[in-house]
Amino acid sequence: MALLTKKDASLITDPLADNNPITIQVLGICSALAITAELKASIVMAIAVMFVLGAGNVVISLMRNIIPSKIRIIVQLIVVATLVIVVDQVLKAFAYELSKTLSVFVGLIITNCIIMGRFEAFALANGPWRSFLDGIGNSLGYGVILIIVGFFRELLGSGTLLGYKVLGDPIAKTGLYATGYENNGFMIIPPAALIVVGIIIWVQRSRNPALVEDN
Amino acid sequence: MLEHIELFFKSIFIDNMVFAVFLGMCSYLAVSKKVATAVGLGAAVIFVLAVTVPLNWLLDQYLLRDGALVWLGPEYADYNLSFLSFILFIATIATMVQLVEIVVEKFSPSLYNSLGIFLPLIAVNCAILGGSLFMQARDIQTLGLALNYGVSSGIGWFLAILAIAAIREKIRYSNVPAPLRGLGITFIITGLMGIGFQSFGGMLTGGGEEAPAPVEETTAEKVIEKKEIKEEIDSKDVSYNDAINK
Repeated sequence: MALLTKKDASLITDPLADNNPITIQVLGICSALAITAELKASIVMAIAVMFVLGAGNVVISLMRNIIPSKIRIIVQLIVVATLVIVVDQVLKAFAYELSKTLSVFVGLIITNCIIMGRFEAFALANGPWRSFLDGIGNSLGYGVILIIVGFFRELLGSGTLLGYKVLGDPIAKTGLYATGYENNGFMIIPPAALIVVGIIIWVQRSRNPALVEDN
Repeated sequence: MLEHIELFFKSIFIDNMVFAVFLGMCSYLAVSKKVATAVGLGAAVIFVLAVTVPLNWLLDQYLLRDGALVWLGPEYADYNLSFLSFILFIATIATMVQLVEIVVEKFSPSLYNSLGIFLPLIAVNCAILGGSLFMQARDIQTLGLALNYGVSSGIGWFLAILAIAAIREKIRYSNVPAPLRGLGITFIITGLMGIGFQSFGGMLTGGGEEAPAPVEETTAEKVIEKKEIKEEIDSKDVSYNDAINK
């Protein structure tokens, strides 16, 4: 018996493209925009969300038959808050500088709608293994967008990737800067993230016209 | 008084919840198709923020921060429970939202029906938790300022969702490229509005100076306009502060 049946595999591949949590389901936008000025922060955020969503989906799925539906939102919030406290403490212990960059946005994973959205839409109705795959798939789809946005914003905004000067030195005028290239400071400011995501949506929907909305 | 005015305008325009830190984007995008629903949700957000930020300020001050438990006795002075803030803040928020839901259902069933599913969803609107976390991160000093911060960042969010809802109602009649329709164009418009809001950054510093200068004359006129609202808030502050002192 294969570890992943075809149906299970689609749980991971669907959210990467045609059912992407950010560009199609419109979930988890806040953090996608706020912390993507650097590629490193984007990657760490994507990993944190993957942990919380994967583990949370399994926990909720295991408890799905004993949670009374009236208080399910509070139960879900408690589960997420506990997992996020773990992430926050780990980050503070091993990557203190980075946890300062992410500031309140680690805490805001609690209210990241991706998490609640997947709990409500999937984990409450499916078994633990499928829920786990769904959590991983959706957080991968989320992470892909984060990394694309972070890549372009850091490359065009500061000329670096993960802190390495890939375009040359802007002060000594080496590399690309020798030809008169300047860093685009616009990419650093927050609104640039919105426009980059807007363009990603544009590209994605041009390639797959079935996704086009009617205003 | 001056710091209240400064915080008020700063939270509405410069640190606007939507355009500067992108909080509450999901409901901002989902509920902004019509002005009427946007107004309802915006008002609910102002109210919930105005209640939860001061409440969480009290929690932070007397339970969570480093050495906050000193009022129990000197042997508790070393406790730092701040790692628990996420879970306590979200519990406060979930409780308050539930309470608001019950009260609204009881006293104004028509408003309750028009808000529908969005009322419980306020609990997972990151603007609400973000308000409390920023209150903690920025080390807001008094309960009065915390109330001011809650109300004014709520007003900032209200302003943003109202503006985008109005634009989206109009843009329905224009010829947007098909792949950009709906979500894409909303993102780009929000980005452009965000760039516009960046220009408020010079409002309190006088255009790029590092040290926060006293409120400029140009903003003084706006200040007078808003003075009535401010006085209302301040009278509330006094009563809150008195309550604490007792």
